[in-house]
Amino acid sequence: MVKVSIADRLLLFGTGLLAAYQIVVGIEGLATLAVASYTAGFGVILVAALLMIVLGFEILDSPLVVIVSTVIPLSISMGLIIEYYSDFKIPYFIFLVLGLLAITVTRLYTVQRIASIILSAVHAVAGTVIVILPILLARQGRATVGILWLTLGGTLMGIGGMLLAFFKAGKPVLPQETILRLLPVLLLLTSTSFVLGFTFR
Amino acid sequence: MRVHSSRHSSAQNGLLVDKRTKLRAYWALIKSLQTALLLITGLAGFMSSRCPFLNIEMLIAVGGSLFLSISGSTVLNMWYDRDLDARMERTCWRPLPAGQIKPPQALVFGVILSIAGIGWALSLNALYGLIVFAGLFFDVVIYTFWLKRRTAWSILWGGISGGMPVLAGRTMGTGEIEWVGILLALAVLFWIPTHILTYNMRYFDDYARAGVPTFPSVHGFKVTRKIIAISSAIAAISMGVASIGVGMTIGYLRLIIVLSTGLLLLAGRVVIKPTERLNYGLFKYASLYMLSTMLLLAAEVF
Repeated sequence: MVKVSIADRLLLFGTGLLAAYQIVVGIEGLATLAVASYTAGFGVILVAALLMIVLGFEILDSPLVVIVSTVIPLSISMGLIIEYYSDFKIPYFIFLVLGLLAITVTRLYTVQRIASIILSAVHAVAGTVIVILPILLARQGRATVGILWLTLGGTLMGIGGMLLAFFKAGKPVLPQETILRLLPVLLLLTSTSFVLGFTFR
Repeated sequence: MRVHSSRHSSAQNGLLVDKRTKLRAYWALIKSLQTALLLITGLAGFMSSRCPFLNIEMLIAVGGSLFLSISGSTVLNMWYDRDLDARMERTCWRPLPAGQIKPPQALVFGVILSIAGIGWALSLNALYGLIVFAGLFFDVVIYTFWLKRRTAWSILWGGISGGMPVLAGRTMGTGEIEWVGILLALAVLFWIPTHILTYNMRYFDDYARAGVPTFPSVHGFKVTRKIIAISSAIAAISMGVASIGVGMTIGYLRLIIVLSTGLLLLAGRVVIKPTERLNYGLFKYASLYMLSTMLLLAAEVF
């Protein structure tokens, strides 16, 4: 396993700081449920960055990583639905709970193939919400074009998620070392895009 | 003439290098990182009270008195434990066992720092000074002189003394010992075993060679890992409740809840599936957690 370098630690620390900033001030004044959702999403980013700093990339070996990392797109998309399409918040919440449950059960108790299908399906829905919804909102004039940073953040997170999924499945599209070197950079860029999106929307 | 001047300048250089080496040795004697972390807890406790007389002079006085007394007690520990340090691979390079500083010099240095720190603290406020003195007394007399070589439970007293700076700082700010200060001290108290017990396991042979009774040597690794996890969890809960008591704004509270949840989950994982690596990770995360939460307590002032 590739060791975490000082540059990686700095990138992860930057990611953690951005997530912490977003939790403290970036989501102030929103509805309670939206705040709770965003806190969960950015909270996982923050704790994941800290854990990678202290435990290294070895932490990615844990089967829990896939389950916990699903919380990021699910909770951020949930927050966006609560804020902008509140009529859909209950169905989306049911999808969130069932999706997380399905991923947990299939990860721990079924074969890899089924687990991967379920994981891809849940991520695809949550990812689409984060990528497409800001474009719709900007077109409708319900938010400024600044919200498109969220689209970029969602795209980058999707790329990171796919790299990680292939890596975990033992079929990396890129050499393992390259994926692990890219991961902190992607995490920092994703967090930066999210913070910009929430600030300038 | 030129030869004489060059000899003179090289002698001067030698003296300068000697002084620098000595200074570095004295600096190592106060364990700057550990002292800094405890100092931060004390300042955070003080600043968390957001007392009306919070000003730069008072902050310097609290910081200065705490720095001197924490450093003093650390030097006295190092002085007393020099024989143990000499027997342990991890600590044999320290200034006293390495012969860079003579024991009487260290003793005088430790006593001067301690007296200066406690004297300064007492001159600021009697109750504050008393708590600072209690911290030094528990650490040097109860923990180091009396219990460390006798029982593995000595760490409890190490923890109590570690919690004194934050209690002292908080008391200095509020003017009384109140429940928030006690909870903050409890958080540090329960963080200390995470620190000491992890080192006890990581350097198990070292401690055995030195003949120091530790939790891993008396109760085994499994029990020790559980104690580390449970004490981390209690530290996180104490810190969370204390943050509410301090009256932190909701944004900072959210952040503390996130960091505490991370610590609780990691501690739970260590209890269920303990490994050395995970344990060391928990120790590092707990240290980062303590530093961040204390900085957040202090940051609230701004």
